[in-house]
Amino acid sequence: MSQKTGLLPAGVSDPAGVRTALAAAGYLADDGLATAAYLALRLHRPVFLEGDAGVGKTALGLALSRLLGAPLLRLQCYEGIDASQALYDWDFPRQLLHLRAAEAAAGAAGAGLDSAELEGELYSRRFLLARPLLAALETTPSVLLVDEVDRADDEFEAFLLELLSEFSVTIPELGTVRAEVPPVVVLTSNRTREVSDALKRRCLYHWVDHPGFAREVEIVRLRLPDASARLTAQVVAAVHVLRAEDLLKPPGVAETLDWTEALVALGTESLDAELATLTLGSVLKYREDLERARRLDVGALLDAAVAQA
Amino acid sequence: MSPADAVETVVGFASTLRAAGVAASPDRVHAFVTALGALDANRRDDVYWAGRLILCGNADDLGRYERAFLAYFAGEAPHRKLRPRPMPAPVARNTQGVKAAPDGAEAEDDPDGPRLSSAASVTEVLRSRDFATLSAPERAELDRLLAALRLPGELRRTRRRAPSHAGRIDRGATVRELLRSGGEPARLRRTQPRRRPRRVVVLLDVSGSMSPYAGALLRFAHATAQWGGPTRPGAGPAPEIFTVGTRLTRVTREMAHRDPDAAMAAVSAAVPDFSGGTRLGELLKQFLDRWGQRGMARGAVVVLLSDGWERGDAALLGEQMARLSRLAHRVVWANPRKARPGYAPLAAGMAAALPHVDDFVDGHSLAALERLAAVVAGAERGTARA
Repeated sequence: MSQKTGLLPAGVSDPAGVRTALAAAGYLADDGLATAAYLALRLHRPVFLEGDAGVGKTALGLALSRLLGAPLLRLQCYEGIDASQALYDWDFPRQLLHLRAAEAAAGAAGAGLDSAELEGELYSRRFLLARPLLAALETTPSVLLVDEVDRADDEFEAFLLELLSEFSVTIPELGTVRAEVPPVVVLTSNRTREVSDALKRRCLYHWVDHPGFAREVEIVRLRLPDASARLTAQVVAAVHVLRAEDLLKPPGVAETLDWTEALVALGTESLDAELATLTLGSVLKYREDLERARRLDVGALLDAAVAQA
Repeated sequence: MSPADAVETVVGFASTLRAAGVAASPDRVHAFVTALGALDANRRDDVYWAGRLILCGNADDLGRYERAFLAYFAGEAPHRKLRPRPMPAPVARNTQGVKAAPDGAEAEDDPDGPRLSSAASVTEVLRSRDFATLSAPERAELDRLLAALRLPGELRRTRRRAPSHAGRIDRGATVRELLRSGGEPARLRRTQPRRRPRRVVVLLDVSGSMSPYAGALLRFAHATAQWGGPTRPGAGPAPEIFTVGTRLTRVTREMAHRDPDAAMAAVSAAVPDFSGGTRLGELLKQFLDRWGQRGMARGAVVVLLSDGWERGDAALLGEQMARLSRLAHRVVWANPRKARPGYAPLAAGMAAALPHVDDFVDGHSLAALERLAAVVAGAERGTARA
């Protein structure tokens, strides 16, 4: 692994190469995303992905970890997340046990406790629980996925900022832990909140859109090889028609995959109006949307979809 | 392109971008140059994507980037062309509103206004006066008073905990203290959940029928936007502010100007639909689709400042209000016309919306806005589900 090529796998020297490697890992990226992944691997810059739910933001983290053969360390953000859940925590029960054991041993031997030595033991690495962020710094190579960073609050963002710019943390009792090679970092956001510009400035920003028809068919074929070509094309076309409707929650690629999977599980080779109505619940998750889709006349919708396919 | 050429081109491109409204800061430009070193700077696609990935910061930047990229690399000198419209001088809407007051409100046209000699009593009188009936000097005084208003949301428990004398035992802190004293039982440390104000979202109607009030309400919105946000920890998130008329405009950023006059100028530049019609239902839907459902309205206190005169379909407004009330913690509607004697919510929009409103309050005077602030903070209740 040389300084020049960063974490790029052997034989990959341009965005197109990364794209091929990602496809082999089960992820079909477009030009923008492939360039983002290439720059992230080469320049050690975090990738910040924004987009609707279910367009494959989290999946990129998984694919990168498969591509590199590196462990994926995932941190799901939520409101109120703090350093002891994201970075590290001391294992207090074990520290106490150790203290008691040391006391008992000293008592039996009739000797006093060497407090300095004991303290050193109590605050050593073996009593430290590494949470995802610290684990990512200590594992080389690794892929760190910070999921839904928009759900965390400002305080956590500021803390993350510090970590992502230095790739090191200081633990007061232990010293500084620095990553040998910075991990590949993927941050995702559903845009429920505008993430601060200071954090985004350090990242490569990419807006992930819904894929076009042909690419979505490819994605479904790649992920669900059991589905027939006809069924896949029909489902994707139907989802595209639904996406064009004015829905509360337009279905993402994740929903297309769910729907196809449901239909495969039902043992069908092609989609008809009745089946579609029965399984619509795997694509649309709002009552208003379901009603709207039913009013659409699913038969006509399918005809339109098949004509498109 | 030689490296030196590339740097020059990139810097030129960056200044074009900045003129187009993308904040391409120097550190980002530096990163862009580094990225070009890793890519093929002669390939248009590589340059396009590297720039887009590094120089853009949010989805709104993407369109601007696209235009600037096309223009710059097509060889035009686009600086002038891409510059956003110059900000018009602040419109003196406030003073015009008085004469435009509809349905015969008693507009006082005394050019000197009342003499503001005994400030305290004047303030007291001003507090309960209808905005639509104020003279110019009174308005200036009112603007000063409005600047003191705050609109913090109701408090809610967060998942973060803070040290406290009562509450759950903090295992970490207790054991740490125990270890410090060599294993001797020490004092129990406790924590309690911290409380923070909820997010406040303000939707301000700037249509024609609201014009006597829009000026004062915008000032009110500006005052509230000065509080909270990342620069004032503990005060909670700064309120999100939108104007509603024939179009939905997010003016949170414009309202962040410290100086009220600069903020008003920025807002009037950003809002294209002052004193037009109202399509409340449609715009509320737009708000919910683009922002509300993604999270802005979730658990928030949503304040609508409007008279409820809907030009569009009232049924749609009712539907969207139902959706909003399911997302938001509380929906507060402040209607400046509610205080008029004999007011009944007869406007079709108002009638359709009311079943989904938690608190229905006045919004015509300083006192009414103070009461609104108390309702938003959860200290008082308005007329519930009228």
